[in-house]
Amino acid sequence: MNARILPYMLILPVTLFLCLFFLYPFVLVSQEAFSTGDGFTLDNFRDVASYWKFPISLQNTLLLAAAVVPIQVALALLMATMVNRMQKGRDMVLYIWTIPLGISDLAAGIIWLAIFEQSGFLNSMMTGLGIVDQPMNLLSYQSPLIVFVAIALAEIWRATAIMLVILVAGIGLIPKEYYEAAEVFGASPWKRFLKVTLPLLRPSLQTALILRVVLAFEVFAVVAALGGTLFPVLMGEIYAYQFDLQDGGAAAALALIVLAISIAFTLVILRALRVPKGATI
Amino acid sequence: MTRMTHFAGAVSGLALLVSTAAVQADVLFWSTQARPVEEAQAMRQDVLSGFDETVDYQPNEDGPWLTRLQAELQAGSGSIEVLGALHGNFSAIDPESLVDLDDLGVSASSETFNTLARLGTDNMQYIPWMQATYIMAANKEALPYLPDGADINALTYDQLIEWAANVHEGTGSPKFGFPAGPKGLKHRFFQGYLYPSYTDGVVRTFASPEAVTAWEKFGELWEHTNPSSTNFSFMQEQLLSGDAWIVFDHTSRLAQAFNERPDDFVAFPAPAGPTGRGFMPVLAGLAVPATAPDMDAAKALVSYMLAPETQLKTLQATSFFPVVDVELPDDLPASVQASGAAIAAMSGAPDANPGLLPSGLGDKGGDFNRVYVDTFERIILARQPIERVLEDQKRRLSAIMEETGAPCWAPDAPSEGACPVE
Amino acid sequence: MTDAVADLPADTGASRKAGQFLYGASVVLLCAWVIVPLYFLLLNTLSSPEEVNSFPKSFLPHFDLGSLTFFANFQGILRALWNSVLVAAMTMVMSIVIGAPAGYALSRFEFRGKEAFRLLILLTRAFPLPLLALPLAVLFIRTGLDDTAFGLALVHTTLAIPFAVLITFSLFSGIPIELEEAAWTLGCTRFTAFTKVVLPLILPGITASAIFAFVISWNEVFAAAVLTIENRTLPAFLLQTLGEAPLHLKFAGGFILVVPALIFIFAVRKYLFAMWGIANR
Repeated sequence: MNARILPYMLILPVTLFLCLFFLYPFVLVSQEAFSTGDGFTLDNFRDVASYWKFPISLQNTLLLAAAVVPIQVALALLMATMVNRMQKGRDMVLYIWTIPLGISDLAAGIIWLAIFEQSGFLNSMMTGLGIVDQPMNLLSYQSPLIVFVAIALAEIWRATAIMLVILVAGIGLIPKEYYEAAEVFGASPWKRFLKVTLPLLRPSLQTALILRVVLAFEVFAVVAALGGTLFPVLMGEIYAYQFDLQDGGAAAALALIVLAISIAFTLVILRALRVPKGATI
Repeated sequence: MTRMTHFAGAVSGLALLVSTAAVQADVLFWSTQARPVEEAQAMRQDVLSGFDETVDYQPNEDGPWLTRLQAELQAGSGSIEVLGALHGNFSAIDPESLVDLDDLGVSASSETFNTLARLGTDNMQYIPWMQATYIMAANKEALPYLPDGADINALTYDQLIEWAANVHEGTGSPKFGFPAGPKGLKHRFFQGYLYPSYTDGVVRTFASPEAVTAWEKFGELWEHTNPSSTNFSFMQEQLLSGDAWIVFDHTSRLAQAFNERPDDFVAFPAPAGPTGRGFMPVLAGLAVPATAPDMDAAKALVSYMLAPETQLKTLQATSFFPVVDVELPDDLPASVQASGAAIAAMSGAPDANPGLLPSGLGDKGGDFNRVYVDTFERIILARQPIERVLEDQKRRLSAIMEETGAPCWAPDAPSEGACPVE
Repeated sequence: MTDAVADLPADTGASRKAGQFLYGASVVLLCAWVIVPLYFLLLNTLSSPEEVNSFPKSFLPHFDLGSLTFFANFQGILRALWNSVLVAAMTMVMSIVIGAPAGYALSRFEFRGKEAFRLLILLTRAFPLPLLALPLAVLFIRTGLDDTAFGLALVHTTLAIPFAVLITFSLFSGIPIELEEAAWTLGCTRFTAFTKVVLPLILPGITASAIFAFVISWNEVFAAAVLTIENRTLPAFLLQTLGEAPLHLKFAGGFILVVPALIFIFAVRKYLFAMWGIANR
């Protein structure tokens, strides 16, 4: 097949598929964001942005992503390199580490609430060990920091596996010779990690990071379970507009704002971790 | 590319298999009520099994419920036969897309409910199905802390605050519980209980000096409220776990506590304020969408649901009370007995000040609730000055009332045209 | 980087031993971090309603099967389970068959519209599905796709495709193009070079994206609740009602949802490693 046409042939199925099942409904919905009955207007965006909770939920969403994603990258890299040099029990350990993949965010919210609530497992443990005399109120408006930490922990627990699987698959592709060569030259493991693993892992790292960041802006179920009404996030506000207020235009407008933020971050990551064309390994 | 076509063939083959698997035409009952798994199961096994045809009872959260309904209405065809939802859900739907149900000849025994069910038109858009309300409940361990001379069946807000304070002092932790979580029904407390009890109104008196007092009192109560209340949505959970001893909630969201440990808890009426004992009903209804595939079956099911025996079974399944006159037997679940007595005491109290559900708001019902919830979050959680918040929110409330033109409802004094915020 | 520390070119046996110990300890710690919350879920699932609400919590299971029996007797649960498996399997096959060629195209060719195409892929994940459900449902009802497992699988495929495309893209990028070129010079056509040389190398990656597709479909509730009536999937059947169920049933329901996903990941974990030897040429 002609090399000019071939790439288009290869992306044709996805493109057609997404046009039908994503772009078509997406265009219909986003039209709604720019209208309030008659003609083009930005009223929906103004409404949404001027609501008093908007800055709070925007800040919360970004803050949570900023706290969670870097830790997840570090943790996933650590776990992936650990798995890579493991001699035995490798697939059992990897299996255990990928378990959270199979857990829906709603179920994760239930699990972590059982840990942090006043009569939950954490308090049971602390009273059992005599650290506190009576159960502490962990998830209350008086201790926003604990609420934040609880949400961040639950998110790290739930969503690190996504990155881990991608990175493990990527590390598997790095030829052993590079490590052997590095060892011959006396590079320390830390040096080997910095000079061999990280650069060669760039394509996988980029993908993992983009997917994770995009998903981080959509956190909702876990946050709602642990933070209740104390920690509003953008996605929760979108649902409130759509279903509580039945204001589809406002919901679509807010969703477009989230989309714009996601695209901006994606472009930054793409630039920062540019993958050399044709993989010059 | 042979492998790929092979895959594709397998997929479409599978799809064919699935779509041709005969779909039997059950009567689809699409509901936002009786969602908890146990209630849904009881609806299927005990309530709907008596109907002539097989009923597929599907409870859903409001989001999917509405999305599916809207999709069927837009597509002009569908599979939903009967809708079950709250008054508020129905008022957000265009009455045109619901079938008029006057010719069924069934209705609630309360004319107030029947009027609400017309949704501002001349015809019954839905048939009242079942009712409930909000009450108070307490752990019996809290009873010794009751203030001197207080009668639990005739509490005032001041006594409630004192009681909660006593418990707080005695146990060292705040034990009043309030459903302020994401799915909690807190807005109904402000609309149907706090405002009517202090201001004898909901909309007109929104920013009145009495409203300021009401919020101050609620602030005092909040001092003795479990600070995790912002995570609480079903107070039965906190009653059972002991995280809260005195709580306010929807009767069906307290039911599990009474059914599991009937001897440990008491139910009692909501407290009274300077302008009486405000309380508010919850009304669920049944409707038939214009796209129902089998109109006769749909209407037959609605009639069946209103029959006295079905209403009794529904009460046992869901803890929602009948809307038609029914003789209640003695062997009712503990939750029904407890809440039934509390409701009777509440509505029979000399200072009872019953309110109505908001009506005429159309699809602005959510915005209306948000005004009260935001006011709560700003005054109580964010501790902003009461007067300023009320002035601020008043403008939003006025805008909603003017846009919808909704007239006042009890306990607000009647209005001509849109209910004014004074 | 604990493993780096563990592997320092230490001369003394003692420090090497300490490093090994540190390494082992971190593996165990990370496993516990994943498993302990799940253990709590199991604990609560096997507890009677009274125990779920008690304080302090016991840390040993009691084997009260009441909650699980309740679900076992739930009418239609087996059918829902079957539907879930069916939808998830179709999603898996479709997302890989449609997505992998695009991933290959992205990694091997420069073509006009490449960036736009990548953004389209990402947009799919960055826009909340519940907003798109309405136009999709209308489309499905009109075309007769409504209430079929295939129809739902199409929507789930839309959600899974970004993972399939991006993961396969990053993995193809990790395979030197010289490898393929060598195969061509040895008489392979572009296609046979692909199937003989490249495909075996990226099988682990394919498995990774298959896991994602399966899990995404398995845990998706909203579209499932809107687009299926008779052919409900397990999450639409359970999760939807769990939010308001009594605590002990919430945990049991969450547990029932988690188990099949765990079994699936367990079943395919081998393939993540099957090609390890080849990959580590």
